[in-house]
Amino acid sequence: MKQLITFIQKEFHHILRDTRSMLVLIGLPIVQLLIFGFAITTEVRNANIAILDNSKDEITQDIITKIESSQYFDIDRTISTNEQIEKSFKSGKIKLAIVFQPNFQYELSHSNKAQLQIIADATDPNQATTLTNYISSIVMDYQNELNQQNKLPYTIKTEMRMLYNPQLKGAYTSVPGVMGMILLLISAMMTSIAIVREKELGTMEILLVSPMKPWLVVISKVIPYFVISLINVVTILILSVFVLGLPIEGSLFLLIASTIIYIFCALSLGILISTVTETQQAAMLISLLGLMLPVVMLSGYAFPIANMPTILQILSNLVPAKWYIIIVKNVMIKGIGIEQIWKELLILSAMTGTFLIISIKRFKIRL
Amino acid sequence: MTSEKEIVIKTDKLTKKFGDFIAANEITFEVFKGEIFGFLGANGAGKTTAMKMLIGISKPSSGNATIAGFDVYKETEKIKKSIGYMSQKFSLYEDLTINENIQLFGGIYGLSDDEIEKRRNELINKLNLQSEADKLVASLPLGWKQKLAFSIAIFHTPKIVFLDEPTGGVDPITRRQFWDMIYEASHNGITVFVTTHYMDEAEYCDRVSIMVDGVIKALDSPAGLKKQFNANSMDEVFIMLARDAKRGE
Amino acid sequence: MRTLKFLLRKEFLQIFRDKLILRMIFALPVVQLILLPYAATYEMKNITLSVVDHDHSEYSRKLINNFTSSGYFRLVDYSKTYSDALGQVEKDKADLIVEIPEGFERDLIREDETKVLIAANAISGQTAGLAVAYANTIIRDYNNELRIQWIQQPRLNAIPVIDITSSNWFNPQMNYKMFIVPGVLALLVTLVGFLMSSLNIVKEKEIGTIEQLNVSPIKKYEFILSKLIPFWVLGLFVMTVGFFISFIVYGIYPAGSFWVGYLFAGIYLIALLGFGLLTSVYADTQQQAMFISYFFMLIFILLGGLFSPIENMPDWAQYLTYINPVSYFIEAMRMLVLKGSSFWDLRYHFLIVIVFAIVFNGLAIFKYKKTV
Repeated sequence: MKQLITFIQKEFHHILRDTRSMLVLIGLPIVQLLIFGFAITTEVRNANIAILDNSKDEITQDIITKIESSQYFDIDRTISTNEQIEKSFKSGKIKLAIVFQPNFQYELSHSNKAQLQIIADATDPNQATTLTNYISSIVMDYQNELNQQNKLPYTIKTEMRMLYNPQLKGAYTSVPGVMGMILLLISAMMTSIAIVREKELGTMEILLVSPMKPWLVVISKVIPYFVISLINVVTILILSVFVLGLPIEGSLFLLIASTIIYIFCALSLGILISTVTETQQAAMLISLLGLMLPVVMLSGYAFPIANMPTILQILSNLVPAKWYIIIVKNVMIKGIGIEQIWKELLILSAMTGTFLIISIKRFKIRL
Repeated sequence: MTSEKEIVIKTDKLTKKFGDFIAANEITFEVFKGEIFGFLGANGAGKTTAMKMLIGISKPSSGNATIAGFDVYKETEKIKKSIGYMSQKFSLYEDLTINENIQLFGGIYGLSDDEIEKRRNELINKLNLQSEADKLVASLPLGWKQKLAFSIAIFHTPKIVFLDEPTGGVDPITRRQFWDMIYEASHNGITVFVTTHYMDEAEYCDRVSIMVDGVIKALDSPAGLKKQFNANSMDEVFIMLARDAKRGE
Repeated sequence: MRTLKFLLRKEFLQIFRDKLILRMIFALPVVQLILLPYAATYEMKNITLSVVDHDHSEYSRKLINNFTSSGYFRLVDYSKTYSDALGQVEKDKADLIVEIPEGFERDLIREDETKVLIAANAISGQTAGLAVAYANTIIRDYNNELRIQWIQQPRLNAIPVIDITSSNWFNPQMNYKMFIVPGVLALLVTLVGFLMSSLNIVKEKEIGTIEQLNVSPIKKYEFILSKLIPFWVLGLFVMTVGFFISFIVYGIYPAGSFWVGYLFAGIYLIALLGFGLLTSVYADTQQQAMFISYFFMLIFILLGGLFSPIENMPDWAQYLTYINPVSYFIEAMRMLVLKGSSFWDLRYHFLIVIVFAIVFNGLAIFKYKKTV
């Protein structure tokens, strides 16, 4: 036991002395969370659009004023021909263009119908749909104002309720996502590299011939990173609650306990990576190039899993972050207890066990 | 030590400080052409620091030095062309073959392709590495690696070769062979500047200096030093000088 | 320059000797490019629906039927009460609740007005917003259907109507893959290039071989170039493989000129690798270099506009994206692939990455000291 403590101390010294790495390990989750909380929104603001007004009458002016006062759009006034619109799309200056037909007001008052065309840059289909919907609803509102006297018969009104997140805050999705991603990437990367580093520099042999049991060597390397991950969890939670205004509806204890299980899972994945690689570069390629995109894209945090093709839905089950994100959403935001998340916890534990068993097998073969 | 000998290394009060710590304190000595100069000292005495200033990868804090006639402040790149270096850490590329390492370093020092090929053949034959020439350096035993590293350090026939504890961890027979190679280089006019821990190796040098706590405490031929300190072996000389050292392992 | 030849040979030999790494830098991007874009879809097909029908009328059944036949919704259960339905949402069994009040049909006919409640699980605001928008469309369409049944529509509109037509340029089928594939490709090329270059010099430092180079007469720029060129070639190769896969798997190929694409990627890679080498020169250990690259890569990627549009970000974040080389690459790739933008359209993008390339590589050469 005393040996173990000495070894752990050695690892801590090693990490603490390297201030740059410490800054990254502790600072990155904060930066990332703040970026997600504040910078990444799906809410439209200041989208650049062009308006080609072929009519220039009272009504088109009114509509343009409405669009302008919505704060969602910046109107590029330099564009006055169809050719210019195409050019501006190509150089990425505008995301959407609105074209009023000639004699807009005349047509509207005489034939009760006037045409307005919306052209969206569908390079990003989501953004295109959102922008088109915004413009449409502004125009519809204006039309309703015009028609206020004529009430439509047989109207079905809809009442909408946004459950758990009435203000549609992005942080409600991003915080569980960031937690899942950061803890997995950092823990897996840190441990795999710390172990492979000793292999690459040849110091692992020295440790292995020491009277320490090999698995104690590995544990002593993992513990400091476990502590760092815990610190990260605490900072993330504090920021989420006090800066991003997220609730912790459920039990904090359950949340932390589940998180510890998840960290174990990530650390054992790191150990597994370290047993299959010989160089730090290889370990890093696996843990960053290999894990980053799949974790972001298959964990259900950037894209809903239900919409994916079956094969990807199956593959997504292999991503530990998927299960952890479900747990965090349930406990933190929905306030559900263990009865709804025991299955996910079980899966994470099983993954941890599997990673460790494979690692031990591989570790023995090597020695 | 006669005056007609050409001086290739000359230092004058060369000093290196790291903050308050004086790693090398006003070192002054001369090394002559073709000489085997032993640079001794306990761990932490400042040998490696001094050597790094001489080979142009560490800037002195004060003092002067010229290596092969070039100034250590202004002409480090010219110094580098005239010297060879073999570091304490084994520094050939383990993931390249023997041939590839030879070609790389030959190329870096500006030898022509023909010249590289000619010398490579000679070298492989001399070291009897014909069957290993296309194997990775990583697969060689340590002793062979060291011999190869030395051969590559003098591959471009430098004026001076600096060896930083070249025989660490090698068996006595290989050490013996290694020193034969050093003698041969010296015989061919290459000045050899070598740091070592082994006092028996110090006996092979033409002259040795002994550094203690950043200062050169003694400098003479091995015979001269033994006489001066009234000792039977270099070992005794070294222990007499180094036992008062404040820094150490 | 002759020295450079030897150094380059060494670097290429070393890259090709490490088969594990070589396999990874090709296999990982290829597999990810083939699989992951399929995951990136906001197109909602299986929004799970829990219906609470208190009316049990013909009209309410018709409305429910319109939901299920739309293709967007999958009915998972009929709940008796709203709180039962909430339970379904809590258990993640349902995404959306539609509650039809008692007297739905009666009110519609007699009072000209009735009400439907839609409640969505809004933890993910984006998907909730889309689901609600779909639901609204279905209800509105159903409403119009009813009106047509009940009122004789006059030939001309009775009231003034602004007829909104919308068209989607550059990607008329609104294929999200067209959007995501060039972005993911850009990202993978970036990751490969950056991870390889940021670890390279520091690895030589850690193993000690760099000392042997530092005592040799190699020029600083030769050294940096010898590190830059191999990864540059590698990066362009990965990109070529990526273009190939985009075409084979997704039928996506640049609407613009390939050459402009390569020219841009070529300059971009010089900038990116310069940044990687700078990291490598700055770091003392590979571990440190990795953490630093992890930090920058993640921020570059998050603020690179891959998933979330840069225009929506607050000003401070948009300013940050101006100094983010990755965002220029992702944007340029998309413009080139989807819009067929020309060299002239991309002139500012070119100018900026050239500046990046000069600054990063200049700094890398400047910071690389042959002394200890």
